[in-house]
Amino acid sequence: MKATGTYEAVRDVDPLVALNAHTREHIDHWVAKFPPDRKRSALIQGLWAAQEQNGGHLTDELITAVTKYLGLPQVWGYEVATFYSMFETNPVGRHNVAICTNISCWLNGAEDIVRHCEEKYGIKLGESSKDGRIYLKKEEECLAACCGAPMMVVNGHYHENLTIQKVDRILDELK
Amino acid sequence: MSAQPTAPAVPPDHVTIEIDGKSMVVPKNSMIIAAADKAGIAIPRFCYHEKLPIAANCRMCMVEVEMGGKPMPKPQPACATPVADGMKIQTQSQRALSAQRNVMEFLLINHPLDCPICDQGGECELQDLSMGYGRSVSRFVEKKRVVPDEDLGSLVETEMTRCIQCTRCVRFMADIAGTYELGGMERGERLQIGTYVGKPLMSELSGNVIDVCPVGALTNKPFRFKARAWELIARESIGYHDALGTNLWLHTRRGEVLRAVPRDNEAVNECWASDRDRYSSDGLRAKDRAQKPMIRRNGELVEASWAEALAFVADHLRDARGDVGALVAPLTSNEEGFLLGRLLRGIGSDHVDHRLRTLDFADAPVATPFEMPIAAIDKAKAILLVGCNPRHEIPLLAQRIRKAVRAGAKVHAINPVDFDFNFDLAGKAIVTPAAMLDALLGLAKAANDAGHLPESSALAQAIAGLSADAKAQALFKLLADAPESVILLGETALNHPNASSLRAAARFVAKVTHSAVDEIPGGANAVGLARAGAQPRQGGRDAGALLANPPKHLVVYHTGSQDTSAPAAFDRARTEAQFCVYVGAYACNGVQRTAHAVLPIGLPPEIDGSYTNLDGTTQTIDAAAKLPGDARPGWKVLRALGAALSIPGFEFTAIDDVRAQMAADGASPVTATNALRPRIEPAHGRLVRIATTAIYASDAVVRRSPALQAHPLARPACVTLHPEDALALGLGAGATARVSGVELPVELSTRVPRGGAWIEAGLKGSAHLPPHGASLDITKA
Repeated sequence: MKATGTYEAVRDVDPLVALNAHTREHIDHWVAKFPPDRKRSALIQGLWAAQEQNGGHLTDELITAVTKYLGLPQVWGYEVATFYSMFETNPVGRHNVAICTNISCWLNGAEDIVRHCEEKYGIKLGESSKDGRIYLKKEEECLAACCGAPMMVVNGHYHENLTIQKVDRILDELK
Repeated sequence: MSAQPTAPAVPPDHVTIEIDGKSMVVPKNSMIIAAADKAGIAIPRFCYHEKLPIAANCRMCMVEVEMGGKPMPKPQPACATPVADGMKIQTQSQRALSAQRNVMEFLLINHPLDCPICDQGGECELQDLSMGYGRSVSRFVEKKRVVPDEDLGSLVETEMTRCIQCTRCVRFMADIAGTYELGGMERGERLQIGTYVGKPLMSELSGNVIDVCPVGALTNKPFRFKARAWELIARESIGYHDALGTNLWLHTRRGEVLRAVPRDNEAVNECWASDRDRYSSDGLRAKDRAQKPMIRRNGELVEASWAEALAFVADHLRDARGDVGALVAPLTSNEEGFLLGRLLRGIGSDHVDHRLRTLDFADAPVATPFEMPIAAIDKAKAILLVGCNPRHEIPLLAQRIRKAVRAGAKVHAINPVDFDFNFDLAGKAIVTPAAMLDALLGLAKAANDAGHLPESSALAQAIAGLSADAKAQALFKLLADAPESVILLGETALNHPNASSLRAAARFVAKVTHSAVDEIPGGANAVGLARAGAQPRQGGRDAGALLANPPKHLVVYHTGSQDTSAPAAFDRARTEAQFCVYVGAYACNGVQRTAHAVLPIGLPPEIDGSYTNLDGTTQTIDAAAKLPGDARPGWKVLRALGAALSIPGFEFTAIDDVRAQMAADGASPVTATNALRPRIEPAHGRLVRIATTAIYASDAVVRRSPALQAHPLARPACVTLHPEDALALGLGAGATARVSGVELPVELSTRVPRGGAWIEAGLKGSAHLPPHGASLDITKA
């Protein structure tokens, strides 16, 4: 893969500095749920907390810090962070907007919603608005809310039975 | 009446299965592919590797399985399907073959098929299997994926577009090397193997990912574009940079070693090789390789014929009247060691030694084979490392210890540096060399407290009045209770100024706890050279005495100043010698400056010779490569010298005759004694040198291998201090310190104990420093 080239920058990162107290508390909480030799189980939650701390995306420094904090090989953190679509490894807008385009939503007009949002902010899926407010997530698989299609997830909250007006309202209310 | 077993011939925990109509009895829970491999039935595979955990992600090994008379609904992966009694497996049925062909078609979708420019071409598992299972025409018309390459350092070349994501390399780095440096990033079609942040591979075993890679994604970097597999002749050889004696194939073209790959030997290296053994071969072609005999005339070294040079050397050695000594590098073969010993004794001198880095000769140390053989170490339950960094001393020994730890062994370390191990320690004491002695004596005291008396009165005296702390008692109990336990003495213990006491204490503790003692031999063939007589037999001067009190005539056999504990003393000895003959492979500056004669000889890959490894196993190899220029095998040179000096025993013509003589030679080195050297106390308030041999500076060949020298582990000398000691000296990281007259950059690390100054040995920058355990003067430069 194309290496990020941050090896020198992250090798000496101190997790106690890079992760704030709240993030570490969150990780400790999750570590306690698993047997002591299964710290890897808390990795997703650890990365999630670090992403939240950083306003929506992970840096190599943060991933490294989480793995160091958990005492895991660093490469495990990189694998998980790049594997899951809920982790962003590049800077993105503050608000994570994921519009489902899977079959039920697609049949119910998800494409129109996507087109509307793209025109509204002058960006494509996978890009962030220029003011850094909205991030239109690149692609989203079925989010298990077909009964309310079309739907989208904004910062982890589900919004169903969308119309263009409803989408406008939701997005305009985001700070 | 109880039920009778249906097949009385089936041993317990075994089941009967049938593969392709062939019935066989195999262990329960083994995988179909392992059973088939044992029976010689070929099943195609990419991700399965006998030594690696099962991933079952390439799906190439699909077979048809029938259980209890019913076929399984889908073909099963043979690598991840455990055998069961009565299982019938078809590896060549229509269904199995069709599944295998379909998987092959998918694997080839994104593969570039750039075999004509791929280094793996001709020895590629994908290429081989696509001949059998691939279609001749591709149905895939879409764009192929392209994957950017990563720079993994000087040893492993990448061409990641060729990767088929079998993850063997990822599993190797995680499970065998234990450094977890590679991973699978992204997912699905975007899955890519890499380090993510872009780092060189730091493991000392990294080259093995080339062997496990079934395609040309990871290839040998220095060997890149040098030759095709079918141009090469594979010759059996062994590694000579550590005492393991790793079995190798040397791939040669017209007598030139182009690369080395491991040769399977479960008792030695399994199927792995360390980077040091794999990549050293470029060092054979170094610029300063001695190719012609030379003699000093009117102060200048000039080329001479062999006849001239041999006569010149013989004359001088004859005139020496016994005032002659020889320093032998431990990579020398048994035959050469034997002949050199006989030659020296033939001209009236017993001053011959190969223990070049040893400091304490009080107990006349002899390199001894491992009491617990290397292949048994992975089954040990308790391991005590004393002054040992196995990752750098014998990389594949560390791999064995890692296996033991994963199987539940407890490893404790008493070390002068908190080395970065690829296994977890159950306990450690990171102490200065002097405190290391205390720790071992404390352990002996704990054994003494448990009611055991040391046989040696010197040891009894040394531990009298001591008290064993709780840590020592716990460690003693661990060793005593473990069914299989071993004390591993490494370089910083055996090259300790009070090594005799460390050894005596370790032997005593081992004896009463029924543990084995494994002393890592000081060099590739130390065990063999000790047996062959390349060390004093009749009270001659040992290496320490030879350096401190050099004879007027010196024979330097393969030895460079960096191979000794005191490079400065070695340099002085050969500069001041009335006559110094260098018999070796490299006419480096030091040789050019000091030698009165240079006799160029071959290195282990170029000569017939036998080497005795750390288990005491003697491995005999034939010359695999051509000798450079006019160089000759050392044993022939010694034979000619012996004959010129009319010493009896040099009338043979073949190396087999030498071996017969060696077998008949009953003499042994001066046997080890119980004597202990008086304790060397470091000067009060001064930091003490901790010297470990740098991994890629361990011998003359390794020091000349460009690929290894470009590796991040090959670093120029620096002094690593505990931050508090550094603070007291007013030194910060990146500062320059004057260490006993030598300027060195400073690094800070809490891995070094307070009171210690860790400076690697074998490096140019550290050549003129006092040895391990000596007090240093450190000031701000």
